[in-house]
Amino acid sequence: MNLLKSTAAAMTALALAVPAQAEDVKVGMITTLSGGGAGLGIDVRDGFQLALKLAGTDGVELIVEDDQRKPDVAVQLADKMIQSEQVDVLTGIIWSNLAMAVVPAATAQGKFYLSPNAGPSALAGARCHENYFNVAWQNDNLHEAAGAYANDAGFSNSFIMAPNYPAGQDALAGYKRFYEGDLAGEVYTKLGQSDYASEIAQIRASGADSVFFFLPGGMGIAFMKQYAESGVDIPLVGPAFSFDQGILQAVGAAALGVKNTSQWSKDLDNAANRTFVDAFQEEYGRLPSLYASQGYDTANLLLSAMEKADVADQDAFRAALKEADFASTRGDFAFNTNHHPIQDIYVREVIQEGDVFTNKIVGVALEDRGDAYAAECNM
Amino acid sequence: MSVMLLIEQVLNGLQYGVMLFLMAAGLTLVFGVMGLINLAHGSLYMVGAFACAGVAAATGSFWLGLAASLAAAAAAGALVEVAVIRRLYDRDHLDQVLATFALILVFSEGTRWLFGSFPLYLSVPEVLSGAVTLPGGIEYSLYRLAIIVAGFAVAAGLFWLIGRTRLGVRIRAGESDREMIAALGVDIRKLYTVVFALGAALAGLAGALVGTIQSVQVGMGEPVLILAFVVIVIGGIGSIKGALVGALLVGMTDTLGKVLLPVAFGTVMDASDATAIGSALASMLIYILMAGVLIYRPQGLFGEAH
Repeated sequence: MNLLKSTAAAMTALALAVPAQAEDVKVGMITTLSGGGAGLGIDVRDGFQLALKLAGTDGVELIVEDDQRKPDVAVQLADKMIQSEQVDVLTGIIWSNLAMAVVPAATAQGKFYLSPNAGPSALAGARCHENYFNVAWQNDNLHEAAGAYANDAGFSNSFIMAPNYPAGQDALAGYKRFYEGDLAGEVYTKLGQSDYASEIAQIRASGADSVFFFLPGGMGIAFMKQYAESGVDIPLVGPAFSFDQGILQAVGAAALGVKNTSQWSKDLDNAANRTFVDAFQEEYGRLPSLYASQGYDTANLLLSAMEKADVADQDAFRAALKEADFASTRGDFAFNTNHHPIQDIYVREVIQEGDVFTNKIVGVALEDRGDAYAAECNM
Repeated sequence: MSVMLLIEQVLNGLQYGVMLFLMAAGLTLVFGVMGLINLAHGSLYMVGAFACAGVAAATGSFWLGLAASLAAAAAAGALVEVAVIRRLYDRDHLDQVLATFALILVFSEGTRWLFGSFPLYLSVPEVLSGAVTLPGGIEYSLYRLAIIVAGFAVAAGLFWLIGRTRLGVRIRAGESDREMIAALGVDIRKLYTVVFALGAALAGLAGALVGTIQSVQVGMGEPVLILAFVVIVIGGIGSIKGALVGALLVGMTDTLGKVLLPVAFGTVMDASDATAIGSALASMLIYILMAGVLIYRPQGLFGEAH
């Protein structure tokens, strides 16, 4: 009889435990943790994990893997996560060429993808998908803001440069969409290129009054160091990717005073951002970058949707994501019809605080900016 | 296209060329003298760069770092030769490729374990930082100029070593008939270790010099290794002169191709298309060059026909 009772009790307990387990969400994070792009992936991962820790939830099971910035590796990892780990949500990809290799296949297999960084134009327009949410920006956004800033600053002859991959092409297209002056030159570099002597010589000879460049991660560090050594002193303009926290520490004083555009800055004055910046510094002993803020916002978006809906009910979960009912480190944040952000984009200036190089906001470049591709998206 | 820009690009091509020469010289010696394909040569380049970064960070002196890069790469080279490579001389090339590829993995993971996967950054030493104005009003980075000078100095030193010293005589003798010089009482095993360490030291020096203006990271050697192989195939296997000419040819072709091709296409089509097609074609140019040389001279420009 006792045996029967305890068996019944155990079965009841199991039956009760089932719904609680179903609410758990398994998240697969594919990001770049080694090589010249490692700084970006590490920041996204750390920001994401910080949000989970602050929320005190154990309802998210996170698997993190390194894609080494190689599309083939990213595709293998995604297959593994979808087929053998059976994750509900994928996230983490930094580079647009990797996102293009992974995201369409993942969403077609009924997984949610929350992008903490890459926002290629193809996925914002005709090839948008109801299960794809971009929490960072459409790729063009910060570059559009840089173009708008260049007009305000009175630049009329820009030399523009970006790596030859989807985000690089989006960057130059974005800059040209708002910039009204002439082009002194337009150059595509190789993704992962580490020597810019040839491009710097072209800049020197071009007679430009400003240089717009998009070189995230290690590429930006190499370019800035070589630019400083070259004796060329044409002012630089760029998106925050060219002047993020990781780049500035390696480049140092050479970047002081440079203007760059960002949807986030550590001195943005709102409660969520103050909490984030303090907690990040305490947890990791360094200043957060915009990538870290994007990882943090992505995790908080996921948590906000989990409170409202069960991930097994895809329609309800999708609607909950779409509401974007979380406190973003950027302040106002909403999703456009194509599931890309509508947000303000700021102009920042590189400054020195003690012996740390960082950015502070000096103005607003674009207000409530969506993107140029939303109209092409039929969801 | 102004003359100033062209001259600056020629200097860039020279700088790139001499760096490739430092890599290719060791590779071609090892290939020529010992008949060994050493894929791990790129790892020695990485070892030099990390040794320089590590020592420069610890002591604050770039010059100590540079000395450390030579010492560390030579030591790593000698160690690898004695422990692994020595067993491979009599095996066929496939075994050598397999074993030295394994060495790449060992070196990469070992370095990742020691230094982490985040890239390190070196600063250009104070005396060499900034730009200088050359005759004719051309401004150029002093550090890159110093690399060119250092590269040619090393090349001159190597020619002297190979052509005018007893060690050089033995190396050349080992290249043409290893049994005979062993029979004449030369310790061929020691000679091989010395040659291998010498090649490794040159690769390490190149790694440190380039790491300073770029970044020091795991896997930095492999892209350079591929180009170094292109250089020795063009120059002729085993020939130091061939390595120098091949390296300068590859450096110039790559640098000038990247600049001139988009301009050339720009005369017949619009700018963005010209940039896209020009840069795509420019990245193939050195391989086209290699194919052309192989058709004209299958043994390479300065190689001996077998």
